[in-house]
Amino acid sequence: MAMTVIWTGMVVISVVYGLLAGNGAAVAAAAVEGAAAAVELCITMAGVMCLWMGVMEVMKRCGLAEKLSQLLRPILCRLYPDFRKDRETMDAISANVSANLLGLGNAATPLGIQAARRMARKTPGVASDSLCMLVVCNTASIQLLPTTVAAVRQGAGCATPFDILPAVWLASAVSVTVGILAAKVMARAWRAGK
Amino acid sequence: MTQLLIQMVAPLIIALAAVWGMAKRVDVYGALVQGAGEGLGVLIKIVPAMVGLMTAVYMLRASGAMEAAGALLAPFLTRLGVPPETVGLLLVRPVSGNAALGVGSELIATYGPDSAIGRTAAVMLGSTETTFYTIAVYFGAAGIRKTRYAVPAALCADVAAFLAAAWAVRWWFG
Repeated sequence: MAMTVIWTGMVVISVVYGLLAGNGAAVAAAAVEGAAAAVELCITMAGVMCLWMGVMEVMKRCGLAEKLSQLLRPILCRLYPDFRKDRETMDAISANVSANLLGLGNAATPLGIQAARRMARKTPGVASDSLCMLVVCNTASIQLLPTTVAAVRQGAGCATPFDILPAVWLASAVSVTVGILAAKVMARAWRAGK
Repeated sequence: MTQLLIQMVAPLIIALAAVWGMAKRVDVYGALVQGAGEGLGVLIKIVPAMVGLMTAVYMLRASGAMEAAGALLAPFLTRLGVPPETVGLLLVRPVSGNAALGVGSELIATYGPDSAIGRTAAVMLGSTETTFYTIAVYFGAAGIRKTRYAVPAALCADVAAFLAAAWAVRWWFG
């Protein structure tokens, strides 16, 4: 629904503003151009995208993804102290974070939901501190290789689509840190306010 | 050297996964092809959304409304060190992943993937998620009605990501 409002808003604003600013003809041409450009873009990025989905599948089958999960356990026990002893929930969270790191969004969501449902059993209907943390960590991106973006850059003629990696890692680290800190501070403020 | 190493990250990961898979007696090629096939399925789902969005984005740009909005917010964003051209991306990113991909791709194509704006847009896309979608999916699945502070905390992370993206691009590329 949100997208309906945004999309309709964009189109209406374009038409009205375009007419007022005397850009009506340009808007008409742009509508056709935009639709064609979208398909062209998808075709240019198709190869890279398929390649990476394939590599991810190899990693999943040979256990590399699971190895990553074991590495994460110490950090996650600190972030979710209430569930430190709940092995199944911790497993789900580890798998969720690993999938996020690897950029397997389609795998990360069901795994995260599994963890969220287990967490919600303790506090039905109310988002506990751990659950808020889980959601905040999932809304902040921690993907190590942003392959979709790299594919878009390659499609646009970039010879070194991954040269932005350090900048992406830094921005992601800042974002996740701010998110975790905000969640911690707000958790305390929320309790104090009650 | 660092630059070369970073360029080699992707091929090295591919090689590592292949060798590891072979050592574990995984049908590496079969897995690769299957995964690639799934990639095609994901792509098919993206195409219609991209057509819808890029049409609207192209129209909005041609109308001149985006420049007007950007000009309005420009002094504020410039003071924070964020290229004002990315304003459209900031607005759609938390709401729709495909929309953000459309807007971001358009910025990258227009200004060039190696321009400051193109790079900033790419880093913004790579360091953020579709916040509202994620919140809706997780809380919906867990049956949560009282979301407490989850939304404001997640938005803090988003704002931090956008600012950090612009700053990180300047730090890394000078």
